[in-house]
Order: sequence, then structure tokens, then C-alpha cells
Amino acid sequence: MYKYDNYDQAMVDTRVEEFRDQVKRRLEGHLSEDHFKPLRLQNGLYLQLHAYMLRVAVPYGTLSSVQMRALGDIADRYDRGYGHFTTRQNIQYNWIKLEETPDLLAELAAVEMHAIQTSGNCIRNISSDQYAGAAADEIVDPRPYAELLRQWSSFHPEFLVLPRKFKIAVIASETDRAAMKLHDIGIRMVRNSAGEIGAAFYVGGGMGRTPMIAPLVREFVPLDQLVTYAEACLRVYNRYGRRDNKYKARIKILVHELGKDEYTRQVEEEFALLLTQGIEPPLAELERIKTHFTDPPFEVGAPEAVDRSDPDFALWLDSNVEAHKQPGYAIATISLKPVGGIPGDASADQIRLMADLGLQYSFDELRVTHAQNIVLPHVRKADLFALWQQLEANGLGTPNLDAIDDIIACPGLDYCSLANARSIPVAQKLSERLAPRRAEIGELKLKISGCINACGHHHAGHIGILGVDRKGTENYQLLLGGCEGDDTSLGTITGPGFSEDGIVDAVEKATEVYLSNKQGEERFLDTYRRVGMAPFKEAIYG
Amino acid sequence: MKILTGNDLKSGAVTWWDGVQWSLHVNDAVDVGEHADAILAREQAAQRVNAAYMIEAEKDLEGVRPAHIKDRIRALGPTVRADLTLKPADPEARDWVI
Repeated sequence: MYKYDNYDQAMVDTRVEEFRDQVKRRLEGHLSEDHFKPLRLQNGLYLQLHAYMLRVAVPYGTLSSVQMRALGDIADRYDRGYGHFTTRQNIQYNWIKLEETPDLLAELAAVEMHAIQTSGNCIRNISSDQYAGAAADEIVDPRPYAELLRQWSSFHPEFLVLPRKFKIAVIASETDRAAMKLHDIGIRMVRNSAGEIGAAFYVGGGMGRTPMIAPLVREFVPLDQLVTYAEACLRVYNRYGRRDNKYKARIKILVHELGKDEYTRQVEEEFALLLTQGIEPPLAELERIKTHFTDPPFEVGAPEAVDRSDPDFALWLDSNVEAHKQPGYAIATISLKPVGGIPGDASADQIRLMADLGLQYSFDELRVTHAQNIVLPHVRKADLFALWQQLEANGLGTPNLDAIDDIIACPGLDYCSLANARSIPVAQKLSERLAPRRAEIGELKLKISGCINACGHHHAGHIGILGVDRKGTENYQLLLGGCEGDDTSLGTITGPGFSEDGIVDAVEKATEVYLSNKQGEERFLDTYRRVGMAPFKEAIYG
Repeated sequence: MKILTGNDLKSGAVTWWDGVQWSLHVNDAVDVGEHADAILAREQAAQRVNAAYMIEAEKDLEGVRPAHIKDRIRALGPTVRADLTLKPADPEARDWVI
């Protein structure tokens, strides 16, 4: 894992003290809310429905046990005993007091964490593959490149006031587990025909009110030009992105309106100029960063055999455990989606338990996934049963990874001031209704957003749900056919919306259409793509 | 009726204008009639409330009920965590919101 150097630590510590002074001046009445609001937002502090909300950055979703434990302690000390893991691989606290925020940030800084650039029109926390460094199918660990870009984008003076927020994902596998093409910039580390590692750039993707899949703008950027190319992409956006209309300000609109070819031409022109200016950090810096991401000391010859005699354990094994690159090891996903629970929420005790399990079983490492679960990336197969027993005993052993009750849901109108409808109760009802049929239904990614901003990734759900406000009443639109992986696609609205109970019935009907039309090993998405919308519409509205 | 709501500057807690000060309980809210703008300007200048605004509500024998669900959720707390609402022991509180 990356460890702060003195410069990193000083930067974060200085920011805490700066914000402490700003809070003091606000509370003393020397700063108006108009002046203070951009300052608190730059430190991740929002004002939501019930209280201040703090969004803490988890760079590329990677945490140490010490950091995870600190997150649990903060949940107890400054919040109401829980935290919410988000679709940006971050954690949010919902009940923060302004006057306590500087102390909270100081506790974060003590474990090399912060909330900087988790809000505002800047480059946000960079996300990545939750299986990075462990996946059998990756060509390199993507995190050193994500870390390099994190350092480049932190307090980058040119990109702190972009036309709109900016999200970057970095992956290095054929399998896209990070919704890479639905980011402002998606980077896939690739190997060229000469065997060299470089980066493919996809630019102009995103969800929100105008969802778009990022087109490939460059197949291969050499490693010693990575930052320079990213800078060129941002510069063209910063120069020409629309600032007159918030709803047309994301880079996806610029790329769409210019056209991919013209946008790329301008980026290449800017790139050529920047190459003459020597802005790229020396490769030695990348090498320094890489030393923080070496493999843990795996046990050579760790046993492969796993005793599957406990049927509940076997279910979890088949659902939540993935292949690891190292023989004798596995990747284990801890579900934060208990049946009828709140997706992504974990109590302080659960957070601390996961920290302990990360230390005991996963070389002191944990990951937050964009699907709002937690991953232990390096677990000895021989330890899986003991791990599962502890998870099971603490409400963390639900065997539902990528199943219909592994639902992504934004906080919705229960917490969020932007939301139009509640997401969580819909997720809870669907979970309770359909979890008993989990095995029968198989892989089905269900995603719920409480407004058009799409924090719940509804466009990318095999089944997506969008909450809207219809004359003061919650109403839910149903989408089918979205996908966030290698074959990224955007969901299509089925037709008129539904009430809270109606949307639950509609989803159940959609699953029944799938089951009655399924051929062979088809997933829901495969069947939908083969048979099209018509039979689903007929069943849902007929 | 027209009532005023905002968030407490220090704690962020949802508050309601009761005619004298800001209360945590929506049932304390008073009809401000045509005086909303003046009260909001005075109170925000005094740093006692944050992001305050006026909403429509109804009052009956059971109390004050904001017209929009968003403000009813603000008044009670999250509908999915009864333990964190202002009425953790009231099983029907969620029904009041919806």
C-alpha cells in the first residue's frame, strides 16, 4: 500500500489546520455561508437533509486495517455509529457536526486519509479495480498509475475549478470491474505489440442525466507520457467545456458535441505542445510509487483444498470468492447487503471487525468496491472457512455477490438533499422479496438511484430503477439492459413509472420473464439482449 | 400555512422557526404569513441558522405537516432508521412521512 511521505503528510496536516481556522471564523460569524460553503465543500463537507455529511476519500478503494479501524472509530465518535460505503469507493458519514469536523479530519490525517476533493468541480477520488494486485487476469497492478494520477491531480492549480466535477478510473484487466467506460476518463493499462506497458484512454463517459459511454481516444500512451496525456485531455476540457449550463458542463457533452475525432485532434495538439514543456514527472517517481504496491509475502505452496462440507459455507464460497493470481489464495468479498438491509451501510463494530479480519487474513489490506461491498484481496484458501464463520456471526456473510439482492442504492431521499425519491426502502423491499430466489435468478445487477444524478448507477443496471418526483409523490421508472462491464451498455426505460410497491412487482415480473425465456446458462442480461424489450413490457404493463 | 425551516449552524440539525427561536420539532413551527423574507434575512445574518427556506405546510389536530415529502423526512429523520428519528418508539411515524 502507498505510504505518505513527509510531503504528503504535511500537505494533509496543513489543510486540516487551514480548515480548522475557517470553521472557527464561520462559527464566530466572520465568514458568511456564501463564503464558507465552497471552503467546506473543498473539504468534503456537504449539508444534507438531516445534518452535515462528510465524504472521506478512499484512493482507488484501498485501505489498511489501521485506516479501516479509524473509520469505525470515527463512526462512533463523530457520527451515530455507522458509515455508508459509496459507489465511488468512498465512505460517507451522515450526522457530522461542523464544530467537530476539524478534529475528525485530524484523526483522518493521522492515518493518512482526508476528504479533500471529494466535492466540487475538481478531479475527484480516482477509482480502480477492487481486485487490483490480486486478480488473475490483470497485466499489471493498476494502483501505482492511479496513485501517480492522484498525486498529479491533488491541488492541481489548473484543475481545481473545472466546468464540472471530473472522475477518473484506472484498470489493468480485460474484465472491467470499475465501470471504466462510464467515467470522464477511463484508463485501461495495456501491453502493446512490443510488450511495453502503456495506457489506453477512454474519454467522455458518464452517467447522470445524459449517460454516455466513453469512446477510445488513444490506444496507447507510453508510461513516460501518462500524466502529460491526462493533462492534455483536461486542458481541452477546461478550455472549452461549457460553464454556462451546469447540465451540459461535463466532458461527455464536450466530446459528444465536438465529436470524438475533433476532441482527439485538439487533445493531440495540446499533447504535442505539453511534451515540449517537460511536465511529466520522472519515471523514477513512478518506480518509487511501485515499491509501495509489491506483492505481500505469499506463502509458497499454500494449500489449494477447501473443505466444502458445510453447505452454507459452500454457498458463500461459490458466490463471494474469486480466483487469485497466487496459488493457494483467493479474493473474498464481504457483502454489505444483508437481506432487507441498507446497501453499503456498516456499523462501527462491523467496520472494526472487517479491519481486524483484513489484518488477520489479508495482509493488512481491504478494498471498497463501487458496488458498495468490501473485499479482502489476499486470503489463504485454508483460512476461508474461519473467515466466513466470523463474517456469518456478524451479519457480513450474505452469499449474494452480483445477485439480485446485491443491490447498489444511493442514499436517496432518506438522506440526500438532491434526491427526488427514496432508494433504500425500494432496495429493502426488493431484497426481501427476491433474495429467496437468488440461486434461481443468478447474476442480475440491480441498481437504484433516487434522482437523475445517478449516484446509484441505474443506467448501468441489468435492471435499473430511477426515482422521480411526480407532483410531490415518489415515482419509480424501470430500465432494462444496462451493463457496466466490458460490453458496457445503457439501460432503456420500459415505460410509465410505478409507485414504491408497484416497482417491486414490476421487477419481479421482469425476473419471471427472464426465467421463462432463459436458454442454457444465460444471465438476465443475455436473455434481455436476445429477446428484446417487448416480452418484458408485455408482462409488466400487459 | 407558511413555515420556515433550516439547519442549525453548528450541528446541522433540522430546525423550525417557532416565532422566537429555532426548534427541533416541526410541531412548534408557526405560520409566518408574509414575513418569511424578513425573518430569514435577520436569522441568517445572526448566524443562528443555515440554508433556511420557507415551505408550505398544513396544521390540524395532530400537528404541523409539511406539504412535501422531503420536508416531512427532514422533520422526522430517515424512514429507514427509526432509531435515528425524533420518534424512535413510534411505529406509525414512518406512515406520517409517506
